[in-house]
Amino acid sequence: MGTDRPYLFQYGDWISGFLAGDLGLSYAYRAPVSEFLATALLNSLKLSLVAFLMVVPLGILVGVIAALQRDRAIDRVISVVGLSASIVPEFVSGIILILIFGVSLRWFPISATWPTGAGFFTQIYYLILPSVPLVLILFGYIARMTRAGMIEALDAEYTRTAILKGLSYPQVIWRHVLRNALLPTISVIATQTVYLIGGLVVIEILFHYQGIGSLIFTAAQKRDFPMLQAGVMVVGALFVATTLLADLIYAALNPRIRLSSQ
Amino acid sequence: MIDKRKPTLKLENLCVQYSVKGEKRQILHGVNIEIAPGEAYGIVGESGCGKSTAAYAVLRYLPRNGSVNQGRILINGQDLLGLGKAQLRELRRTSVAMVYQDPGRALNPTIRVGLQIEEVFELARIPKSEWAHRTEEVLRRVRISDPQQVMERYPHQLSGGMQQRVAIAMALASMPTLLVLDEPTTGLDATVEADILDLILQLRRDSSTSILFISHNLAVIAKMCDRVGVLYAGRLVEEGRTGDVFNSPRHPYTVGLLRCLPQRGRSKNVAPLTTIPGVLPPAGAVIPGCVFSPRCAVADEICRTIEPDIADLGNRLCKCHYPERASIMAVVEPLPPIQYRSSYDPDPALEIRHLNMTYGAETIKFKALHDVSLTLGRGETLGLVGESGSGKTTLARNILGIVKPDAGSSIRLDGKQAAAELAGRTREQVKALQIVFQNPDSALNRSHTVRHMINRTIAKLTNISKRDRERRVHELTRAVKLSERYLDARPSQLSGGLKQRVAIARAFSGDPRIVVCDEPTSALDVSVQAAILNLLVELQNSKQVSFIFISHDLGVVRYLSDRIAVLYLGRVMEIGPAEDVFSGPHHPYTEALLSSVPSIDGKHPERVKLDGEVPSALKPPSGCVFHTRCSRKLGSICENTAPDLVALGNLHAIRCHIPAEQLPRSRGPG
Repeated sequence: MGTDRPYLFQYGDWISGFLAGDLGLSYAYRAPVSEFLATALLNSLKLSLVAFLMVVPLGILVGVIAALQRDRAIDRVISVVGLSASIVPEFVSGIILILIFGVSLRWFPISATWPTGAGFFTQIYYLILPSVPLVLILFGYIARMTRAGMIEALDAEYTRTAILKGLSYPQVIWRHVLRNALLPTISVIATQTVYLIGGLVVIEILFHYQGIGSLIFTAAQKRDFPMLQAGVMVVGALFVATTLLADLIYAALNPRIRLSSQ
Repeated sequence: MIDKRKPTLKLENLCVQYSVKGEKRQILHGVNIEIAPGEAYGIVGESGCGKSTAAYAVLRYLPRNGSVNQGRILINGQDLLGLGKAQLRELRRTSVAMVYQDPGRALNPTIRVGLQIEEVFELARIPKSEWAHRTEEVLRRVRISDPQQVMERYPHQLSGGMQQRVAIAMALASMPTLLVLDEPTTGLDATVEADILDLILQLRRDSSTSILFISHNLAVIAKMCDRVGVLYAGRLVEEGRTGDVFNSPRHPYTVGLLRCLPQRGRSKNVAPLTTIPGVLPPAGAVIPGCVFSPRCAVADEICRTIEPDIADLGNRLCKCHYPERASIMAVVEPLPPIQYRSSYDPDPALEIRHLNMTYGAETIKFKALHDVSLTLGRGETLGLVGESGSGKTTLARNILGIVKPDAGSSIRLDGKQAAAELAGRTREQVKALQIVFQNPDSALNRSHTVRHMINRTIAKLTNISKRDRERRVHELTRAVKLSERYLDARPSQLSGGLKQRVAIARAFSGDPRIVVCDEPTSALDVSVQAAILNLLVELQNSKQVSFIFISHDLGVVRYLSDRIAVLYLGRVMEIGPAEDVFSGPHHPYTEALLSSVPSIDGKHPERVKLDGEVPSALKPPSGCVFHTRCSRKLGSICENTAPDLVALGNLHAIRCHIPAEQLPRSRGPG
């Protein structure tokens, strides 16, 4: 395995192997890392996708409502609830959710691992409860950012132009305000999605889910270095990819950036 | 639907109030205005007098805390205040349209301009198949020659002038009966302003649209409007035909406004500008008697106790007890003449030789300044004029050492070579060069007190001990005529004029030799502008400081400058003593600039139009850079050979192929 060589060389070997698709052998399982990693990654993506699909529309919707009801009771409630929710750590909210909806009410399974051969909807059903703690943490930020973007756009002079053209209020919001308002929200969503991946460790352990988070955790416990290294590397790559994607979307929606080179 | 006898707009005893923290503040006090079909009516006044409130009330678009608490607004006989939401939208769609001050912000940055105009046709329920065609048509009406291309653009891809044309096209698209123009040319270059104003004048001839024109610029109103209303503290104080009001004003406030303007042929060497003492009362202030009396030169006891009615004087309405006093005011109140030096020391404080400035890397080179050579004498004011993009600000930045010019450029301060970059200059040199910015709001730190800001600058620039610094702060505030009670105020508590005084005090804290004034009065009202200009002249005379004065207001430049340099695409096209540059013979570009300035007396000389926009400095035209827009182009020599700066004697030099004796035109130049 070459463990007698200097660390730098070992690392170099590992990197070149990683780039060629060879992630090495797991110490713990005596099997190629890539086999475990692929399933774990797929599972994690499923979980974060469910969380993402719940939190983004919810966060934006709530943010828009808060902005339209600026400084009224609803706005204040949204701010307080959103920010309070975001400071509760996921292991606290996760346990409370399990106790209420899993143990007492028995609405949702307490484990996220679905029975083998489960269909699409069953899988989603199993993933709803684990997603909620993530949603709780993120939605406050997204709503807050959307609210700020909306208020800026609502106060902008082009919005005044749109109103004085004689457009109806919904038309003003849909055509002139939303697009400008959501531009800053996109970058927030991107950075927060990155967090989504990090937050998975606790959630996956708590809900007994075979994802990348629990994979890394177990690897660390068992000192399974090749597994750990590959897991961290993949998460890192995802970080970079999401941020890049967000920048591309931002540029696509913002003509001032898209056309600046012309 | 349009009844010829019915006014398009009628404001009846309009009162508007804002509630601020539960307190009601009256902004408009019973304003009566009538605009006939096809008529153009101007509202003038200082900022804060209620002009914009009146304009937005006409569209029933007041801030949330604003409301009409009395009176009526009638558009084509229809009472605006009784309209439901749907009817109000219908009115905005069909009858009233607005053009805004800052077109770059009034257009949606993420929507192509074509779509933004098409929206108006959609609202007018015109079949979709016609939208594009009609948009093209309306863009042609505002003299955009390639509408199809422009429709595909986003606002940020258009110049300020083009943006405003698009905004006007958008307003005209619904064929409104009333067009409200809120400072539509403020912030645009003089040449672009002249184009836009000509366009509006022409559109007026072609249609029966009535116009409500809001501006702080009296000359613009004089050029554009049939009648004018002068607004002061939310009250209409004088109203009449534009010519009558401006040529023989009858209200002391109108007289005051007119006398604040630098008049043609008057310069700092002749007399200081007249100012209106005091400030506009804050909104909601209760003033017994005539609201203008605290600032009025001819007011007496009656004025201070009884509010005058608005009286019909035959050819106008005037809200004054003594309208006859206003007409003699000009002779009643002569300020003691201050003796100004009429000559300056020719020993240069600043010498610039072959200054070149290139932005960008190898692939995209942008030559902002091209071989600029200038001198600035001690105690002299050099005015820099030119359209945006001509290099005025870049030159100022180079002098200050904020940006680094190309190799080979030379800047000498007091006879000593100054390093190109600020970091390389001696403390003396840094001290010697200071700047006053256009916008004192953003130039002053909001969280510091006036005392702290001035004190800190003194500490940075000089070695004065801490105790003496305090004394120096007081000296400086006295010098800029800033009351000491403002020393502990923060910028948010000061008016624009006071803020600019703080900025000037700060610039003078290290006894500078040269102060660069970059549009120092552009953001200020005329009466405040006059006071600031007087202050600058006084400081110059007492401290022998030299000014580099950048402004787009040629009247102001003429008043303040000893010499003027005209820049175009980074080149000095003409330089010479102020009076020579203004009286000619002048460069065709200078001629065009001068003729684009509207004048208050209503005599508008034939304008020398400039074709198109300033060419990109990325690809400057060959030969004489001005040939693409020149009305007096000779032929191929202009396209192929760059002319030299030819001296005409008396320090006056012009960069043109046309011989100096052929430059004057038959018409008497300005």
